[in-house]
Amino acid sequence: MSLAEAVGHGVVVPRRHRGALGRQLRSELRLVFGRRRNLILLGALAAIPLAIGLAVKVSPPGGPGDGGGPQFLDRITGNGLFLVLTALLVTLNLFLPVVVGIIGADSVAGEAQAGTLRYLLGVPVRRGRLLLVKAVGIATYALAAVSTIAIVAAIAGVSLFGAGSFTLLGGQTVSPGEGLLRVLGVLIYVWLSLFGLLAVGLLISTLTEVPMGAMAGTLGFAVLSLVLDSIPQLHAIHGALVSHYWRTFGTLIRVGPDYGSLARHLLLQLAYVGIAGGLAWARFSDADVTS
Amino acid sequence: MTTLVEGEAEDTAIPRSAPVIATTGLTKRFRSGQVAVDHIDLTVERGAVYGFLGPNGSGKTTTIRMLLGLIRPTDGAVSLLGDPVPGNEAHALAKVGALVEGPAFHPYLSGWANLRRLDRMDETADPATHEERLSNALARVGLTAAANKKFRQYSLGMKQRLGIAAALLQPRELLVLDEPTNGLDPQGTREVRHLIRELSDDGLTVFVSSHLLAEVEQICTHVGIMSVGKLVTQGTLDDLRRGGTTIVTVTTPATELARKTFATLGLADAAVSGDEVHASLGSIEPEAVTVALVNAGVPVRGLAVSKPALEDLFVEITGEGFDVAR
Ligand SMILES: Nc1ncnc2c1ncn2[C@@H]1O[C@H](COP(=O)(O)OP(=O)(O)OP(=O)(O)O)[C@@H](O)[C@H]1O
Ligand SMILES: [Mg+2]
Repeated sequence: MSLAEAVGHGVVVPRRHRGALGRQLRSELRLVFGRRRNLILLGALAAIPLAIGLAVKVSPPGGPGDGGGPQFLDRITGNGLFLVLTALLVTLNLFLPVVVGIIGADSVAGEAQAGTLRYLLGVPVRRGRLLLVKAVGIATYALAAVSTIAIVAAIAGVSLFGAGSFTLLGGQTVSPGEGLLRVLGVLIYVWLSLFGLLAVGLLISTLTEVPMGAMAGTLGFAVLSLVLDSIPQLHAIHGALVSHYWRTFGTLIRVGPDYGSLARHLLLQLAYVGIAGGLAWARFSDADVTS
Repeated sequence: MTTLVEGEAEDTAIPRSAPVIATTGLTKRFRSGQVAVDHIDLTVERGAVYGFLGPNGSGKTTTIRMLLGLIRPTDGAVSLLGDPVPGNEAHALAKVGALVEGPAFHPYLSGWANLRRLDRMDETADPATHEERLSNALARVGLTAAANKKFRQYSLGMKQRLGIAAALLQPRELLVLDEPTNGLDPQGTREVRHLIRELSDDGLTVFVSSHLLAEVEQICTHVGIMSVGKLVTQGTLDDLRRGGTTIVTVTTPATELARKTFATLGLADAAVSGDEVHASLGSIEPEAVTVALVNAGVPVRGLAVSKPALEDLFVEITGEGFDVAR
């Protein structure tokens, strides 16, 4: 069959086919999760809770209130689910920002460097649509990263230390089911905590054709935020830092969670998404693609 | 051919005689200050096979990027299949297959997976015919056997072929091919030539940039020549040739006698090289030359009239220098 028979004599009437966004999203996820490096990265994240769990097993901390090590560490021996909280706390400061940085760097800068960006735009994929698809790709990978840590931590924790009744911060004991539910809430909350950085990563990715640079920029942004947050003299700006509330998820396993601070945090993340996402759109919508 | 229709069917009411590509005063000044494309007025008629020529760095790829909406013109306007670019490029690009500055794919994906990626991202691609279109595109460029090989493992020519396959995933009205035969073996080059002819016979318009002037000469109906960012010539190949000089060459042992005969006839630039004598034919008919040679008693072993080679015209127009202009 020659192309002409499908075409008519040089006349084409393109039509949009229903479900295009779904196909685009699936294609993006396939690209992100089909890449071996990204799977290895998830494997590396899985190793972190395993390492913490084994370390606690080998030399258990002194018991609640011991004071040493990260928050929740002393509770793991009481209920293995606390390994999830410890692992998320430990990875939030470095590993998860690195992951967001790497996948964010791939999203636009990586496609630019490979030259595939010009072919995507030539397909054509509208630029706004492409940004949206890329953002969903990064967010989904971030969810996979947080879930990997949480699931591996839960399995390792429960098999190493058991999962009896769940003692909330503040002393009240709840059923294992409610404990699990609260830990699930923490997982979702930690994921949402990464959205601001994720949007910043996407923005930086549209600014360069060098993925390494985009990744370093995103990580640098996270580290800067963490550092500024640790300087008491800068108290005035702490509330606006993307990482300021990262470590507040513990309130979800308190007897009475501080919903006000949770909401403030989610609004802050939303603001970052709005601003960084808006800038990314402004930049990308008329950027010269010369790669 | 399509089942699900979303949005309104597009109007096909663009007059068939309207140019497929028309630019007016198209200009690109890069941030470096360099004017890579300088007020060019391209016109590519429907059905043409347009050879876009020019030395390295003359602005061909930059022009193509502007045609496809990848970079923004500093000045001037582009109309692509009747749509303004930038502005309505998404509408036009669905009907355009393009290869820009070499193929580019994900190295760790197979050829098939790379095409699948592009097709899945295409809102106008019918998912029902997805596999069929992919196999057809691969078959068309002779890559069926290498479909499952990783792109990283492709040879230069295979990569180039995959790029062309991507441009042919969907029915098109226009193909924009930036050096499509770069890196191809002689068979591949011939295949691409045949492919372009075939597509052109099917009614597609082809805009092709190339440095292989012998190729261009064989397939193109129109030619535009860029030099230092300017479009210095544009027109049909025949018109361009008319501006050049036709050469008559006689092969004979009596070279001196032949040279004198040419001079007597009034042919310019008569010169001897080996057992050949050649001169510019000018307005004299080749028949007259034959008669004159025979009458003068020149033993003629062979006589050839050659139209000017595109290469000679090209060098005439863009200059002899080997160094890039800037
Ligand atoms: N992103 C850029 N920034 C600055 N200058 C550029 C950029 N891209 C191209 N140029 C310059 O613009 C000019 C035209 O480049 P272009 O790639 O359009 O040439 P070309 O005709 O395609 O050449 P070739 O035959 O080598 O492919 C060159 O001098 C080049 O250095
Ligand atoms: Mg070029």
